[in-house]
Amino acid sequence: MLFAVAVFAPLLGSAIAGLLGKLIGDRAAQAVTITCMVLASVCGVSAFVGLVYGHGHPGVVHVLNWIESGDFVVSWALRYDTLSTVMVAMVTCVATLIHIYSVGYMSHDRTIWRFFSYLSLFSFAMLMLVTADNLLQLFFGWEGVGLASYLLIGYWYDRPSACAAAIKAFLVNRIGDLGFALGIALVYVTFGSVEFTTIFAGVAKHQNDMYSLFGTWRAYEVIGILLFIGACGKSAQLGLHVWLPDAMEGPTPVSALIHAATMVTAGVFLMARFSPVLEFAPTALAVVTVVGASTALFAATVGCVQNDIKRIIAYSTCSQLGYMFVAAGVGAYQASVFHLLTHAFFKALLFLSAGSVIHAMSDEQDIRKMGGLFGKIPLTATVMWIGSLALAGVPPFAGFYSKDAIVEASFAAHSAVGTYGFWCLIIAAFLTAFYSWRLLILTFHGKTRADHHVFAHAHESPAVMTAPLILLAVGAVTTGYVFHEQLLGAEWQHFWGAAIVNGPANHIMHAMEEVPHWVSLAPTVVGLAGIAVAYLLYMALPSVPARLAASFRPVYLFLLNKWYFDELYNAAIVRPLMCAARVLWQTGDATIIDGVPNALAAMTSSGSGRVARLQTGSIAAYAFTMLIGLVVLISVFLLFR
Amino acid sequence: MNAAGFPLLSLVTWLPLVGVLVMMSVRGDEQTVATNARWTALWTSLIVFALSLVLWVKFDKADGGFQFVESAAWLPQWGISYKLGVDGISVLFVLLSTALTPLCILASWESITTRVREFMISFLILETMMVGMFAALDAVVFYMFFEGVLIPMYLLIGIWGGPRRVYAAIKFFLYTLAGSVLMLLALLAIWYQVGSTDMVTLLAAKIPVAMQTWLFIAFFASFAVKVPMWPVHTWLPDAHVEAPTAGSVILAGVLLKMGAYGFLRFSVPMLPVATANMAPLIYTLSVVAVVYTSLVALAQTDMKKLIAYSSVAHMGVVTIGIFTVNVQGISGALFQMLSHGVVSAALFLCVGVVYDRIHSREIARYGGLADRMPKYAFAFMLFSMASCGLPGTAGFVGEFLVLVGAFKVNFWLAGLGSLGMILGAAYMLFLYRRVIFGSITRDDLRGILDLSAREVAVFAPLVVLTLWMGVYPSSFSGFFDAAVNAMVDHHHAAIDSTTKLAEVLPR
Repeated sequence: MLFAVAVFAPLLGSAIAGLLGKLIGDRAAQAVTITCMVLASVCGVSAFVGLVYGHGHPGVVHVLNWIESGDFVVSWALRYDTLSTVMVAMVTCVATLIHIYSVGYMSHDRTIWRFFSYLSLFSFAMLMLVTADNLLQLFFGWEGVGLASYLLIGYWYDRPSACAAAIKAFLVNRIGDLGFALGIALVYVTFGSVEFTTIFAGVAKHQNDMYSLFGTWRAYEVIGILLFIGACGKSAQLGLHVWLPDAMEGPTPVSALIHAATMVTAGVFLMARFSPVLEFAPTALAVVTVVGASTALFAATVGCVQNDIKRIIAYSTCSQLGYMFVAAGVGAYQASVFHLLTHAFFKALLFLSAGSVIHAMSDEQDIRKMGGLFGKIPLTATVMWIGSLALAGVPPFAGFYSKDAIVEASFAAHSAVGTYGFWCLIIAAFLTAFYSWRLLILTFHGKTRADHHVFAHAHESPAVMTAPLILLAVGAVTTGYVFHEQLLGAEWQHFWGAAIVNGPANHIMHAMEEVPHWVSLAPTVVGLAGIAVAYLLYMALPSVPARLAASFRPVYLFLLNKWYFDELYNAAIVRPLMCAARVLWQTGDATIIDGVPNALAAMTSSGSGRVARLQTGSIAAYAFTMLIGLVVLISVFLLFR
Repeated sequence: MNAAGFPLLSLVTWLPLVGVLVMMSVRGDEQTVATNARWTALWTSLIVFALSLVLWVKFDKADGGFQFVESAAWLPQWGISYKLGVDGISVLFVLLSTALTPLCILASWESITTRVREFMISFLILETMMVGMFAALDAVVFYMFFEGVLIPMYLLIGIWGGPRRVYAAIKFFLYTLAGSVLMLLALLAIWYQVGSTDMVTLLAAKIPVAMQTWLFIAFFASFAVKVPMWPVHTWLPDAHVEAPTAGSVILAGVLLKMGAYGFLRFSVPMLPVATANMAPLIYTLSVVAVVYTSLVALAQTDMKKLIAYSSVAHMGVVTIGIFTVNVQGISGALFQMLSHGVVSAALFLCVGVVYDRIHSREIARYGGLADRMPKYAFAFMLFSMASCGLPGTAGFVGEFLVLVGAFKVNFWLAGLGSLGMILGAAYMLFLYRRVIFGSITRDDLRGILDLSAREVAVFAPLVVLTLWMGVYPSSFSGFFDAAVNAMVDHHHAAIDSTTKLAEVLPR
């Protein structure tokens, strides 16, 4: 019951704020949505505590039947187990903090009620996603967060760039969603149901089902790949990542909530949720590992040369999501969810502090025009340092525990893809620390490069914004230490119950404890090295980066232009499609298909015109024609008699 | 024999004509006649709708056969009778017709100013024809209503349409008539073969396999044009663009369903072998329709044309679903027909709203309406999302069930058929962005008014329906579950017996 309240309270808040927002005013809309969110987080946390510490029993809360068609039966139901309660508690807490932060950040906006309504709508959809008891409801949440993300990226709809980014996000996600939907259909065809309980119970039975698609595969492999395509879209993995950096057009609280803490991790959640099946799909998992590792490395390289404060963090998110997928790919779903959890706190913190910087700097986002802000906004700078320390994996901050676990797991997999993942992640860890400190130094330290009016005007944000920052900073410091033992320690099986399944052959949770010592130390060491290099380049020798960029210009441009993915897609997909659209319309429809009936009509009318001309009205002509006709008739009669 | 206790279907079918008689009897100046016609038409259609709700309440969902059957001898020497009845497949379309008609009348309240009485008369006659078509249980009665629909629609486009209305009206008429003539031949052939035009008898009759293909082609000629399937779809964008708003609404909402309904009523149950043999052809045409027309929609500069092309793409999904001949495919197709009936109707109404104010359908003419018209922006957003199949709205359920049904047939059929998920989102969002988002640049848009109370009354039921169908579709799909199951079983039994026969014969 508590659980249902946690899920549906945000919907109520969103509906009230959205439908009555104009009537009741901005203040009331804020009050309603925040009250609902607080209520949701209280219920969400108590549901989590009740299940994990109060020895509650996992179960399913049935709400309503949804679709029934023959043996295809789906209901609206909330799944109550460790995985879903962890997610619910995290989502409601972070969402509540971001609602509160937005009161300050959006205070100059024209339609505040609309913003809060969208934000709550998003929270609802996300909660539906994580509590789904079947794949279709998960898909509902999946698309729902996509819609909310679209609305919020395009929140400032009078900016063309925001509209373009919103559409791009929705469409790229839709490409992934098509894969997801096909995956759901295959799950139904294989298991005869899309309810998790039935699917997971039937895993052993359908193990050897085959499916033909580009050769014959085990059905589980195809399912795994199709679902992973969906996850790639939502979680911005290599190939379908192009929407995430552009999504930064949305207001910063949106970036923090949707494009860092919650929505983009939905793909990782899906992998964890589907672990009972994926455990029997080794090829699919290998693909997950490779794509995740490549994304982690790719995004980190791009993050090193970007200049927009939010885009740097966006690429960092992309890269960290890659880490989570590697963990899932090698079978350590627990580690991926753990990183998801710590990442939610420190990445939300980083985005919100970036928002606070932007707020202080009169909407400036270019870090080349910042610097020396530490004295001006000390609190923001401090929490951003904390967030970066957590991101770089410096002990004892949260990221240290989770990142370490993932790196260890990838090493412990002892497979080719695992080793590839390991080295990608190590390099990415170095780059992560590097770009984080590049960002910190360019923003807060050294001499300012800002316009002096802007700089003089820079001020710390109001308490309504700093309070959430401080709370998130506490999370970024403690979540790793507090939850490490429970989620990954000796008692992990007790904690997770049946929510995450490791196959009988999967001993990764044990093996990752047994890795050589240098492997455990590696992420921290390269992280510190990254910090040191960033210090050298940007603090000690500030002229070097520009010279480096000049002497390695092709590499620099390649990174600055994000490996030219956008250009490639434009040239290879978008433009040909638009061209095809015009050709099909103007030539296909208007000329060829319509040409036939139009030509028929023209022939009929010109033909009848010509026939009409025979009617000259001259008796002589008629008589002559008749005569000829008679002659022809008689000749035919005589000839063929 | 009749659950209502009185000839309900006849009443629902013919009652609009009473309204027509009332309107024709009014005398007075033009203003009086117009006002009177509006109110009479509205009340008539509302009463008809209220009556049809009896069907919603009293329909026995567990029964897969025909209900509310009424029949009277008409031409007994030819085996032809006047027979009406509904089953799970047709009952909701009767309701869709009776529900959309009052909304259309309300939507034309101010936008139709010339020959108001004649407009309303055409509309009520159209309602009679539509309801009669869905309720007919005799092939001859069906054919008369099926063709009868053409006449009022032809007039609506040809008289109250836009500048190229005559071209559009004639094109519409000729395209659909050409197909129908072949259907008439097919009906004659069936009548000759079976000796009856009673559809219940026809459904049970076994038609020789050799004949099935020819009959299928003849029916196909008629229904494919009505659906419309690629490549006989080009009459639709023209008709939509020129038709008045209410005409477009009915055209998209109900008339497009007649083709798919025909497939379900005649082709699939009566010609099982031909259906199975021809399915690959239909799949191909449908997939081409989905991809081709979605792309064409992307390039449109006229709002109505864009939505018209999107209709063709959505109906492509319907034809895929029907010819999978499995429970999910057919249920999905039926649900998609219903949801498209609501959603595309609503989208045409959305276009009508701005057309009434600015008198342009050019997309480039608009932009930034969100500022001035928040209610409108909300409704438009909801219907756009429903159109691109967002879960939780009406559009998703049908599309997804068809996907599942198609997946059972072939991976690529499902994959390619669902490309509309991506392309549909592309053209709808692109349209929405250009019309609603951005900032206002034209002076006449600065003073544009949001939805009036009358318009809210038109949209509110559609908004509710869109969400209701998306969140709790069982209350709709429950009507046709039994009938669809029966149809699928019947089909597979027929195929099995034919293949067995084919195995036995050569020996």
